[in-house]
Amino acid sequence: MMELIIQRRIKQVLKGDQNAFGEIVEIYKDKVYQICFRMLWDRHEAEDAAQEAFIKAFVNIHTYDPEKKFATWLYRIATNLCIDRIRKKKPDYHLDAEISGTEGLNMYSQIASAEELPEEAVENSELQEIIQSAIFKLPEKYRSVIILKYLEELQLQEIADILELPLGTVKTRVHRGREALRKYLRNM
Amino acid sequence: MMASCQKEIVRLMHNYLDGELISGEQRKLKVHLQKCENCRQHFFELKKTIALVQSMSQVRAPEGFTEKVLFSLPKEARMSSIQRWIRKHPFFMAASLFIVLTTGGFLSSWQQETDHFAFTKHENLHVENDTVVVPAGERVKGDIVVRNGDIRIEGEVEGDVTVINGEKYMASAGNVTGDIEEIDEAFGWLWYKLKKTVAGVFD
Repeated sequence: MMELIIQRRIKQVLKGDQNAFGEIVEIYKDKVYQICFRMLWDRHEAEDAAQEAFIKAFVNIHTYDPEKKFATWLYRIATNLCIDRIRKKKPDYHLDAEISGTEGLNMYSQIASAEELPEEAVENSELQEIIQSAIFKLPEKYRSVIILKYLEELQLQEIADILELPLGTVKTRVHRGREALRKYLRNM
Repeated sequence: MMASCQKEIVRLMHNYLDGELISGEQRKLKVHLQKCENCRQHFFELKKTIALVQSMSQVRAPEGFTEKVLFSLPKEARMSSIQRWIRKHPFFMAASLFIVLTTGGFLSSWQQETDHFAFTKHENLHVENDTVVVPAGERVKGDIVVRNGDIRIEGEVEGDVTVINGEKYMASAGNVTGDIEEIDEAFGWLWYKLKKTVAGVFD
């Protein structure tokens, strides 16, 4: 049912209807943002990455194969962008950072992020911090599978499709990711 | 407990956690866990780890997320929506173009106005080279038009922002209450002029 609505919206987007794309963003924004936030552990960066993912999806919508699940395609774009950002390991990888003379801007952004307390407060319990930091300590290849499996609650086969990896590789990564997390969290 | 037995049992644990144990293996794991304290502890820790990870609260995309995405869509797409509109209304376009061109001003004003960097003056605007900056924490009241230059919005604009032959950069905290438009080259500029002319006619 959901896929049907999505497929209809995609057809409208292909005809140039940007509002239809807005509806797609509404449906998937929380999921995509969650992947980015858990991967990058920084609100601003996660927002940038999630925005970039949707923009990239829009620009490349004609390459999406309607025979396949849309979410798989979208999550692939999002996880790849996050992995790219992690690998680049630049001190700031804001979309805004492309502007010249960014020092002031970044300071400003940091102030802005400190102001986002109400939303963060829910999550800022010490335990959540510890668990998130354990996830964040994982190498990105384990981090992505753990997030997709346990936070997005996806099946192993779907994770394999998103990451374009053989199922066996995904299983191995889940096993190793769980073992690494166990070492970080066993004394909780 | 032997190290080699440990390895095989740990594999079974993980397969169990992925719901992929065949019944013989399940029995093997169960029997082993009953007699091996270390493996029991290991298995318990794995299950606890999963429970901890799953206990994390779901995060939600920030306010205004969708609007920001739609604002950032590439302008070719916005241009093509203009072109689509023109395809639907070819007669109107042709008639308007005729009027604009025959009233004369168009070509000469195009040349005049395309030459240099210009922008609407406001007290709190800063200029860096050919970039107009709405500084963080500042609020500009009124519309801003920038020609042959860029605009960077870190503060707030109470009005429309139009960039002709330039780029618009929005900081995360930047905000524009009105419409934002980027216009490129002669075609878009003509379209913009046309819209203003038409709007002027109806005002």
